[in-house]
Parts: sequence; structure tokens; C-alpha cells
Amino acid sequence: MISRFFHQLGSPRYFYRFSGSLLPWLAVPCAVLMLAGLYQGLVVAPTDYQQGDSYRIIYIHVPSAWMSLFIYMVMAGAGAIALIWHMKLAEVIAISSAHIGASFTFLALITGSIWGKPMWGTWWVWDARLTSELILLFLYLGVIALYNAIDDKRTAARATAILSIVGVVNIPIIHYSVEWWNTLHQGPTVTKFDAPSIDMSMLIPLLLMAAAFKLYYVVVVLMRARCELLERERNTQWVNELAASK
Amino acid sequence: MNEFFHMGGYAFYVWTSYAIALVVLVLNVLVPLRNRRRLLATIARRARRARRT
Repeated sequence: MISRFFHQLGSPRYFYRFSGSLLPWLAVPCAVLMLAGLYQGLVVAPTDYQQGDSYRIIYIHVPSAWMSLFIYMVMAGAGAIALIWHMKLAEVIAISSAHIGASFTFLALITGSIWGKPMWGTWWVWDARLTSELILLFLYLGVIALYNAIDDKRTAARATAILSIVGVVNIPIIHYSVEWWNTLHQGPTVTKFDAPSIDMSMLIPLLLMAAAFKLYYVVVVLMRARCELLERERNTQWVNELAASK
Repeated sequence: MNEFFHMGGYAFYVWTSYAIALVVLVLNVLVPLRNRRRLLATIARRARRARRT
């Protein structure tokens, strides 16, 4: 039963229909979570005693940074599945993730920079955390460029899968950079083994935003993957029927 | 309300960050929507042309 479900999901036509009916059920909770997170983060959460209200940038900076790492792992994982089982759907998810991952990495870097200016007195420093996150952005851009440079999409998917799997080495470097090196960037306050060193009133909006961003990623990766599938399957009957009915 | 927009003097930094995030998140939704519409239109056009010949 379950294996049959996954087998069907691997068929582009079924996936297209299934994901289409799934989208509204993901988009609405995503919007609700994001609005709740914004309200909690911008209005309810108290002002920080050290950083004043500037710390409110955390509610987009940290979820974006988490997503930049999470999406990379999804992309590399999908790439590995595509390499091993030649699954078209995995190829499509991998390349769709690259665009969104690049967006979140960009957001993490730019909001970090804007936060750094009033707090550190500089827009940018070449410390380990910032530099490794910048390399992550280049990895994403490299994956996208490589994919676009190869005409045959199946070959392109295989090449980008290898590149993204090699790039996984950067992920633990980013995560542990604040512990391995002396960085200007502060250490982890949430993802550590003891209790998070952040007050509940500030933590709740952070978790709300993180959940919203995760759902957002699922929504937009499905939207992108559906386009990518239509393009690859444009010579099949079901895509032509779908196009004719629009 | 004014106090809210003032952000304790950090208005520029906070609102710039949120504005950029909004633009990036909205673009990531609009791009696939536009691509899908264009793609379906192109495929339909090509199919019609193929039927005529």
C-alpha cells in the first residue's frame, strides 16, 4: 500500500495532480504561521536589554539561515537519490531546491549584514561563520549555473547532484564555525544541548517563523517542481491535454 | 503606533531587513506562477500548430 503510493508519486503525472491538490493545504497554514510569527516577533516580544529593537531582525535572519542549511541537505539528498535510482522526481526537487536555497542564503547574509552594522559597527567581516555562509551561496549559484549550462536535463541533474554532494562538507563547517573559530558572530542560542539561552517570549516568535519558513519552502519547491516537470514532460499526452484545457 | 515604526531608533535596519525578506519571498512565489502560465500557453500553441499541419 505504502510502497504503491511512493511508486505512483514517482510518476510525473500523478505527482503533478497530487501536489496541486496539496498546495492550498500547505499555503494557508504557512500564511497563518507567518502572520502569527510576525505579530509575536514585532509587537508582542519585548525589547532586548542589550540590542534594543534591532534584535528583531533575528526573526528573519535565523530562520533564513536554518533554511539555507536545511534546503542544502534536501538538495544533496535528492541529488543522491537521483544518482542512485535515476528518479526523475528527485532530480526535479533537487534543482528546484537550489533556487529557493540560494534565496534563503542571500536573505541570511543580507539581513545579517544589516544587523551587523548597528551592532558590530560593520556591514561585513571575513569571519568563519560569514565566510562559510557566503561559500554556501556560491555553491547554490554554482549548482544553478551548472544545471543551466548542460542542455540534456538528465545529464545536468547528474552533474549537479555530484557537485551538491561534494558541497555537503561545507554544512558542518557553517554549523560549527562559531565554536571552532573565534568569530564575531555569536554562538548558538537555540540549537544546543542545554536549554536555549533565549527567553520564551522571544523564542516563540522565532519558532513560529521557522515553522512558517519551512512550510513556505515546501510550497514553493512544489510550485517550482511542477513547472520543471511540465517542461520536461512537454511532449507527453497528459501535459498536452492539460495545456489544451487551460 | 509611532513607537512601533520607530523601532527604538533602529527603524532603518529592521524595516529594510523585513522589506528585503518580503520581496524575496514574494518573488519566489510569483516566478513559478508566471513560468507555469507561460509554459502551458507555449505547449498549447505548439499543439494547435501541430494539429493544423
